[in-house]
Amino acid sequence: MEVYLDNSATTKVSEIVKNEINDILNNYYGNPSSIHDIGMKSEKKIRKARKTIAKYLGCKNEEIIFTSGGTESNNLAIIGYAIRNRKKGNHIITSKIEHKSVINSFEYLKTQGFDVTFLNVNQKGMIDLNELENKINENTILISLMHVNNEIGNINKINEIGDLIKKNNSNAVFHVDGVQAFGKYKINLRNIDMYSFSGHKIHSVKGVGGLYKKKSILIDSIHKGGQQESEIRPGTENLIGISAMGKAVEEIIEEYENNYKKVLELKESFTKYLNDNIEDCVINGAGVEETSPYVLSIALKNIYAEVLLHSLESKKVYISTGSACNSKSKKYSHVIEALNIDEELMKGTIRVSFSKYSTMSEIEYALKALKDSIDELRKIIIRSK
Amino acid sequence: MKTLIIKYGELALKKSNRGYFEKVLINNLKLNLTSFNEVDIRREHGRIFIEFDKYEFEEIIEKVNKVYGIVGFAKSIKIENSIDEMNEAAKNLVEEALTRKNYKTFKVVVNRANKAFKVKSPEIARLVGGYIYNAFEDLDVDVHNPDLIVKVEVRKQSYVYADEVKGLGGLPYGTGGKSMLLLSGGIDSPVAGWMMAKRGVVVEAVHYHTYPFTSKQSTEKVLKLAQIISNYTGEIKVHSINILEIYKTIQEKCPKKHFTIIGRRFMTMIAEKLAKQNGCISLITGENIAQVASQTMEGLNITNSSVSLPIFRPLIAFDKLDIIEIANKIDTYETSILPFEDCCTVFLPSRVEVRPNLDDVVKYEDVLDREKLINDALSTIKTYQITPETEIEF
Repeated sequence: MEVYLDNSATTKVSEIVKNEINDILNNYYGNPSSIHDIGMKSEKKIRKARKTIAKYLGCKNEEIIFTSGGTESNNLAIIGYAIRNRKKGNHIITSKIEHKSVINSFEYLKTQGFDVTFLNVNQKGMIDLNELENKINENTILISLMHVNNEIGNINKINEIGDLIKKNNSNAVFHVDGVQAFGKYKINLRNIDMYSFSGHKIHSVKGVGGLYKKKSILIDSIHKGGQQESEIRPGTENLIGISAMGKAVEEIIEEYENNYKKVLELKESFTKYLNDNIEDCVINGAGVEETSPYVLSIALKNIYAEVLLHSLESKKVYISTGSACNSKSKKYSHVIEALNIDEELMKGTIRVSFSKYSTMSEIEYALKALKDSIDELRKIIIRSK
Repeated sequence: MKTLIIKYGELALKKSNRGYFEKVLINNLKLNLTSFNEVDIRREHGRIFIEFDKYEFEEIIEKVNKVYGIVGFAKSIKIENSIDEMNEAAKNLVEEALTRKNYKTFKVVVNRANKAFKVKSPEIARLVGGYIYNAFEDLDVDVHNPDLIVKVEVRKQSYVYADEVKGLGGLPYGTGGKSMLLLSGGIDSPVAGWMMAKRGVVVEAVHYHTYPFTSKQSTEKVLKLAQIISNYTGEIKVHSINILEIYKTIQEKCPKKHFTIIGRRFMTMIAEKLAKQNGCISLITGENIAQVASQTMEGLNITNSSVSLPIFRPLIAFDKLDIIEIANKIDTYETSILPFEDCCTVFLPSRVEVRPNLDDVVKYEDVLDREKLINDALSTIKTYQITPETEIEF
């Protein structure tokens, strides 16, 4: 049995999406910008995808900008907004556990003279809303926080945060990195000005994503070119990627509530098994209620995460780690490091992430493999100390 | 016609074996140049001539520079036996030589083997020399101690060449017996293997890993190192063996301070067994006196006593910086310093016995079932045939 539990990294492409891609490859080659009927035919595909996604997010069609993926969407939203609107203020806020594409956009803006606040998180990975409120001032133009954290699964209550932001500074714009939430929840854009998403996390293909941008918000483009995507993201459209993502959303709209329930059950039984059978094991993050059922971060004492990853790989169970084990340097992910937990736990932090295709029998197989590997490795690791 | 004239000095010393060495060298050159179809390689007057028209000198030289046993070579132009053509060829070669080095003086040396050509050697030297002298303002003649020697050889046709370049040296690969190299992902062992290969020794390699305590990338890295060496040797065989069970057993049953040396002995014993199975009559390691705590003379003696085949350690007295210099020259350094480790920290005890005693080590080792551990490890063997063209991936 092959058990893929690294769905926060990427997901496998669904059959419906594969068929859509085949159809595009076989029947659509026109440039969506061409004004003859071969071009129009392609353009229609893009329009359809845009409509599907706009409907799912509850926004206007023209508020969707297609990009090459989550990283570009985050870059475009943050850098594009800050550069365009710097006359309104110089202060921007994010947190220490954002995706690198957000953190590094903020780091870049810092070099461009912006005053940047990185919010701390507590040991459960939660930001302090009081701290956020205190940091917002009249110079604050942009706040970027993620919807679901990709490493520990924490959910930010983005609408409440949006309300809070607007209450404190109605001019501040709120960007949400929604890559890990898109296609998994009903999304409400109340008091959210920009929202990033990606195709390959929801069983579409790599290399496509998008940004919801409220119509009234103005941002600078990063790419310079033609008129595509309202000139905000020029370049010939990624017809295959965009159609595939549209199709994936179409498919998922029908089922995300059921998927959620199913995956939640899997996560609960996974967690229960860990609590009952594995010693010195801590679940990272905010707890079942406030984390995504799709993501489970597990900290294990007396384990090197990377060794465990390879041990599971040899049993065809695929997960990811929160640290790169390297005998010369110990590197932890910035998210795990921000949690400020015991270093022993950081070393042994792994991430298990589920998808709608995960099954209970896969989970049972994975848990058995996990227990065997942990027992086997701990014997060696404890003896070496 | 472009001609590369190849010299292989040391072979001349091999007297009765000379013919065999030459044959192997020519064969190796042919193998290294297989991707060039229209190249003529032949032996003549104690040298090898590589003739071609379609290719650039540099692409051929790049390959020739990776063939062991070549002392030097020179770019030459083959022409008709005519003074005009000699002049023109000499001028072109000197012009090109001057782009590489700022030569101040020159002389022309002539070898007229073909007496049918009526102009005699001193006269040819005078004519060609005069032509060059007139063509290059800053170049003077110095017949006693010239910077640059321009050679003219008159045979059925004539060859003109200048500016001899040093070759890789060593002896033709395959003339020195076969040996099993203990190859890790570090800096030293690839260099050790390359050096032995340079003396004509056929190298086969064994690599140890402790997956899942090491990643697959660490094996991939070793295969890449073998591939770099294969640019010099041609196809190289690499055996990859998982010794996790051995490490686990040593960890469980032997004192921590002897872990490294006992582990080392097992690697050596496995290598010897594999060597004998594959027709190798010695082992090669990258070990070096006192580079790490386990490579003391005492440690090396104890490793030696685990096997009967000789262990060659070409780097034994090299300084690290000198090893790195060779690693850079042969292009293994950048790969060697990639971060994928051969050994996980759990198997690197914090304290190693620097002056181990053989009786102690053997006493602790006797607790283990050597035969079984070695055979079990050998059952995990994966063998790869690596050539410069192999796609390395898992």
